[in-house]
Amino acid sequence: MAAPGFERVPISEQAPEVRAKNFEEVCLGYTEEEAVVEAARCLNCKNPRCVSGCPVNINIPGFITALKDKDFKRSYEILTESSSLPAVCGRVCPQETQCEAQCIRGIKGDAVSIGKLERYVADRAREEGTKMKVECAPNGHKVAVIGSGPAGLTCAGDLAKLGYEVTIFEALHEAGGVLTYGIPEFRLPKEKVVAPEVENVKSLGVKIETNVVIGKSVTIDELMENEGFEAVFIGSGAGLPMFMKIPGENAKGVFSANEYLTRNNLMKAFRENSDTPIFKGAKVAVVGGGNVAMDAARTALRLGADTTIVYRRSAAELPARAEEVEHAKEEGIKFELLTNPVEILTDDQNNVTGMKCVRMELGEPDASGRRRPVVIEGSEFELETNAVIMALGTSPNPLIASTTKGLETNKWKCIVADEKFGKTSKEGVFAGGDAVTGAATVILAMGAGKAAAKGIDEYIRNK
Amino acid sequence: MPFKQEVPSVMYLIKKKKVLCPSIFLMEVEAPRVAQYCEPGQFLIVRIDENGERIPLTICDYDREAGTITIVVQTIGASTKRMMDLEEGQGFHDVVGPLGQPSELVTDDIEEVKNKKILFVAGGLGTAPVYPQVKWLHEHGIDADVIVGAKTKDLVILEEEMGKVAGNLYITTDDGSYGRSGMVTKVIEDLVENEGKKYDLCVAIGPMIMMKFCVLTTKKYDIPTIVSMNPIMVDGTGMCGACRLTVGDEIKFACIDGPEFDGYKVNFDEAMGRMRLYQTQEGEALLALQEGKTHHGGCGNCGGDK
Ligand SMILES: Cc1cc2nc3c(=O)[nH]c(=O)nc-3n(C[C@H](O)[C@H](O)[C@H](O)COP(=O)(O)OP(=O)(O)OC[C@H]3O[C@@H](n4cnc5c(N)ncnc54)[C@H](O)[C@@H]3O)c2cc1C
Ligand SMILES: Cc1cc2nc3c(=O)[nH]c(=O)nc-3n(C[C@H](O)[C@H](O)[C@H](O)COP(=O)(O)OP(=O)(O)OC[C@H]3O[C@@H](n4cnc5c(N)ncnc54)[C@H](O)[C@@H]3O)c2cc1C
Ligand code: SF4
Ligand code: SF4
Ligand code: FES
Repeated sequence: MAAPGFERVPISEQAPEVRAKNFEEVCLGYTEEEAVVEAARCLNCKNPRCVSGCPVNINIPGFITALKDKDFKRSYEILTESSSLPAVCGRVCPQETQCEAQCIRGIKGDAVSIGKLERYVADRAREEGTKMKVECAPNGHKVAVIGSGPAGLTCAGDLAKLGYEVTIFEALHEAGGVLTYGIPEFRLPKEKVVAPEVENVKSLGVKIETNVVIGKSVTIDELMENEGFEAVFIGSGAGLPMFMKIPGENAKGVFSANEYLTRNNLMKAFRENSDTPIFKGAKVAVVGGGNVAMDAARTALRLGADTTIVYRRSAAELPARAEEVEHAKEEGIKFELLTNPVEILTDDQNNVTGMKCVRMELGEPDASGRRRPVVIEGSEFELETNAVIMALGTSPNPLIASTTKGLETNKWKCIVADEKFGKTSKEGVFAGGDAVTGAATVILAMGAGKAAAKGIDEYIRNK
Repeated sequence: MPFKQEVPSVMYLIKKKKVLCPSIFLMEVEAPRVAQYCEPGQFLIVRIDENGERIPLTICDYDREAGTITIVVQTIGASTKRMMDLEEGQGFHDVVGPLGQPSELVTDDIEEVKNKKILFVAGGLGTAPVYPQVKWLHEHGIDADVIVGAKTKDLVILEEEMGKVAGNLYITTDDGSYGRSGMVTKVIEDLVENEGKKYDLCVAIGPMIMMKFCVLTTKKYDIPTIVSMNPIMVDGTGMCGACRLTVGDEIKFACIDGPEFDGYKVNFDEAMGRMRLYQTQEGEALLALQEGKTHHGGCGNCGGDK
């Protein structure tokens, strides 16, 4: 193989025409040889800029150097000092705007493939059965964690390592949060990657009680008063779907991305032996431009639909990870950019037949700093489709806030918590992840879970 | 599936099963967390096994001490038929709840409720969810009138139980094989127009079509009417929006805002249409269940394994 140079070692992927018909993982990962060669491109910088781009400040040169030296165990140890879900983050972090965006190698050539290397080390450790280091003498204190997404899993894992007796309460029948119900199999394999990460957390002694909806089955106050939990971490995510409030939105064939993805990922509707049905239209339109929209579109494509993404801004503003947009295009998904639906059209049985759309152009920047799309007069047209999937974003479910005395939320229904330790307005209650920030990223949720674990430890020790 | 092994195969034990009529059965299931705080009007979601879909069912009774809940199920499609095959001693893979809002009668000021003359209208299986509400009222010193309607005599369920807690119990069958004769709407008309009854509130629970016509009837007499909606659901916690309904000029999620709504405001036609969304696929699933193994052999000839 070529000497370490300006270009990154290419990674093998399933060919687009093959993967468009299956739910297997798209990216096949590096081989040992490829990983070591790519690792050698890292300059092991004294002041590594990449580290400042990583929200949990992984010792990037450290783990990459160990990898280069083929000390895979050490490399995994360094990774897991800062991250409890490396196999997940290596796959789904928006690296191009985080660690890799800062890499010095990126100035003249390609940034080091930090994410792919992280994935390699984590996958290898799993295959070889390497476990996270644990030193936990039980300390007899009980902590409850609500939600088993990245925030909850990380917080629970860190607390268990400190000796706490931790129980995670999860509303759904399976742990993992968005990793399980939202992000599809072809990006994040469930049995191969997510289940072992959950198992890792359990192996630290964390109990996971599924099928418990906090606020319905039991409230936070009851957990603290009747079940002996001294502190609670809320990592309940931002699962409430938004709709556009346009005519026809309740027609048969209009879904939230959450519903569509949950049917397919959590309920495995793509499998023959699943009892859960999923709507298979010949033509599917997905409204939105984020990761969620890409995932819904690529799922629809794999279920056999001719799929179009409808997004109101231009390609430059697509909030999805660059890699996912690229993959979607390669697989044959069409993009109607600068386009916005104004009405969903139906037949006399209320089935979706199309979408009335308008073309947009970009005007002045809005509050988010992005140029605001404005309607082009007289540009109305009809897009034929049998199904519409709304991927417009999500907000936190108000269920917990509305059933917990003294828990403050802001106008977006996000739980108010301090950034350093995730402390909320209610004593002994901490929060982090999407429930606090609104829909964000896996790594930020993980970071918040870590911070809260520190906060909870401090709180209980000083009580 | 190496990661499932430590999970016991029976998680939510079926303590009792009783077949009420050929297509309706009752089960008492161990689910302590649900039994602890549930109230009349709420529902739960069960999953039969690892491949099962999430099936919403009303909580028809509960025993907080024993940690059990009672469900009454009608076999409609593949999943509910599969559920009927479960026996005492077996269990559900998952049970989650209580979900949804308790009935307003339970949460409203009891003195106000006492001043109301209440009529319950139960259609078919709807008798099951009506029962805990009538029972709750009875326990609080309020006797409500109840109309129970069924297609035919064999499909009348929970008659004895209901009789113990209801004020007046009127049973009617569509074919006249038992009790009065005709639809529940006819009984409402008879009671109000010919038998001098006055009601301040009606609670109608049953198939959507029956609730729709109940509302049209009670509107004539200006009786405010509450209905319990049972749209298609997935999570039951507000996460998917599958259960959304048009109520007045608002969109409501039945699983968190309901399942009970002001019947005058519900758009029944839209809701009934949305229920039929997966009809073809569910029909295929039922066929596959009925034809059973013969169609899963993978002989390669019929394409049945594809
Ligand atoms: C389709 C999709 C694709 C995405 N792609 C990416 C990506 O490529 N890269 C990236 O970094 N991020 C991505 N994200 C965002 C990322 O997944 C989230 O930011 C992250 O999962 C948030 O973690 P969390 O732990 O805060 O919450 P979640 O992962 O949402 O987990 C919350 C958990 O809490 C449970 N819960 C909620 N309420 C209750 C309750 N009352 N009682 C008990 N349990 C409850 C939920 O069921 C859920 O399991 C994506 C999100 C989606 C939906
Ligand atoms: C809040 C709520 C409470 C409910 N309580 C009860 C109860 O106490 N007892 C009970 O037997 N059933 C109850 N149901 C209905 C029950 O969930 C469905 O009958 C069940 O999901 C059907 O599953 P299946 O696979 O057997 O039938 P499917 O094969 O899924 O359905 C067969 C046909 O039935 C119709 N259907 C689909 N979903 C529903 C639905 N949610 N309700 C009615 N018809 C449907 C469709 O037209 C479909 O084609 C409730 C539903 C909700 C939402
Ligand atoms: S966790 Fe994410 S941001 Fe941090 S190094 Fe890994 S891929 Fe980069
Ligand atoms: S900035 Fe790039 S080259 Fe430098 S240590 Fe980080 S990954 Fe290696
Ligand atoms: S069932 Fe999913 S939101 Fe109501």
